Amino acid sequence: MSKKILKEHKDKVEAEGTGGEKYILKLFVTGMLPNSAHAIINIKAICSKYLKGRHQLEIIDIYQQPSLALTEDIIAVPVLIKKAPLPEERLVGDLSDIEMVLTALDLI
Amino acid sequence: MQKTDKSKTSGFQFPKSPTGIKGLDDITTGGLPKGRPTLLLGNTGCGKTTLAMEFIVNGIVKYNEPAVFMAFEEKPEELMLNVKSFGFDLEAHLTGNKIYLEYVNLKPTAKEIGKYDIEGLFVRLGQAIDKVKAKRVVLDSLDTLFYGLDYKILRSEFTRLFYWLKAKGVTAIITAETGAEFLTRQGLEEYVADCVIILDNRVENQMATRRLRVVKYRGSTHGSSEYPFTIEEKGINVFPIINEPLVLKLSSKIVSSGIKDLDALLGKKGFYVGSSILVSGTAGTGKTSIATAFTVATCNAKMNCLYCAFEEPPEQVIRNMKSVGYNLDPYIQSGHLQFYSSRPTLQNLELHFIYIKKLVEEYKPSVIILDPVTNLMTEGPNSGVRLMLTRFVDYLKAQQVTVFFTAAITEKLIERNPSDEGISSMVDTWIMVEDAEFEAERKRTCTVMKSRGMDHSKMVTEFTISGKGISLSPISQKKSEERQSRKGSKK
Repeated sequence: MSKKILKEHKDKVEAEGTGGEKYILKLFVTGMLPNSAHAIINIKAICSKYLKGRHQLEIIDIYQQPSLALTEDIIAVPVLIKKAPLPEERLVGDLSDIEMVLTALDLI
Repeated sequence: MQKTDKSKTSGFQFPKSPTGIKGLDDITTGGLPKGRPTLLLGNTGCGKTTLAMEFIVNGIVKYNEPAVFMAFEEKPEELMLNVKSFGFDLEAHLTGNKIYLEYVNLKPTAKEIGKYDIEGLFVRLGQAIDKVKAKRVVLDSLDTLFYGLDYKILRSEFTRLFYWLKAKGVTAIITAETGAEFLTRQGLEEYVADCVIILDNRVENQMATRRLRVVKYRGSTHGSSEYPFTIEEKGINVFPIINEPLVLKLSSKIVSSGIKDLDALLGKKGFYVGSSILVSGTAGTGKTSIATAFTVATCNAKMNCLYCAFEEPPEQVIRNMKSVGYNLDPYIQSGHLQFYSSRPTLQNLELHFIYIKKLVEEYKPSVIILDPVTNLMTEGPNSGVRLMLTRFVDYLKAQQVTVFFTAAITEKLIERNPSDEGISSMVDTWIMVEDAEFEAERKRTCTVMKSRGMDHSKMVTEFTISGKGISLSPISQKKSEERQSRKGSKK
């Protein structure tokens, strides 16, 4: 990913300021398995960089709360669910490709 | 087969979980590997879900083993409705906390970014198993579960799924499409699964037949042929005709053929109980009449007779036989005679045998008539028909059922050239009826070609059918010679 895109993007975010739509994100993980740990680090970084002040991130460990895996129909983990803004989106994986995550979350 | 296995393995029995499905437990000598996953392969509409569901319902009803059914394709309501027609009342078991149905809606729209696994499935399975203390698990089907998954992930997760199930100690059925790309590509099923069963629904000569084959069973012997099966009102019915015990209880009892003169020719006053008899001849030589004579004799002896009519409807057989002095109506009323009639082309030979076998088990006849067996052989020679027939006859013999075939042969084959299927060498008694010309008159002749274990006459007799029944009389020497020479010239 080129720095230019990132920079432009940052400008865009800053232009919108904190007035953009609020993001409600849920990240489902399985304990601290490598994929899950990476996903947590990656999403936290994205949130603080691109969604500062306008997001709500909930990290759910389905080992601890197995019933939530059923409610949200989770099979593949880690999985990030964007509850808001609509439409709901699901991103499966450790979110290692920042650009893809930003595209999927409609942040680019 | 089961019996001999037990004696050979000095009492050790590989732990198995019976499916409760008729025939399948015979083929697998006791059921699926206990506490291990079995891979059930087959194309769409083969009966995978039905088999899996029956395995689960039988587990609950017959063996008191609660179960989890995890569906990736059908929603619980749909599934419950679909299997209700087989008499599987899932609702009752659901309320009794004996079964746990879970529908997994796989979100195909999810985007993949980076590495992941299907740990979520294990979490949910674990939870489901704990809920009902399940001993049996079904995952239906893998294709949907793994659809769109990255191949590398899929491969490792597939293996992990099997080990996870093994570690859980549940007897599981995992269904998948035959030759599913992810399985065949590296032979995944070969090295992970302990037991692999393939279902198949093939169409041959416009007739669809379901078949089942146990491809692999670690640690156990199993029948390896393809076995036909049906899905009926009561679920799946496999027909493992090969598993009939090879040691037959032989009888030295005799039953009359119903024709006095024929009994005399046979030397022992009739046929052995539990033997097989073939009457072959061209059209219109009186095969059905001989069969009817035997039917009447059986019914008169207060034994049950199952008459399988493949050429004429029963009503027609009854009507026609009245003209030769055999009234079958009273025997039908007394319950000694039952007809099975079906168009041979309606279904495959195996399926006819499955239905006949069911009838044999329910009705317990002493004699079974197949008139004519050749009509079943529409598939042409050497297409496994003979093998199928041999197995079927073995089965009937094991049940001490006397089986009586008629075979319609063509003119060309009459020259001591028995029916092309070679049934004549298989049967114990072979009677040939012919239509021959004597002094500008066509006459029927009857000859006992062979009769195992009997000192039978080889005389060619004249065979007459009148309103009073059948009689055989010697043909004068001259006529016989003439007949032979005529045959010689024909060659």
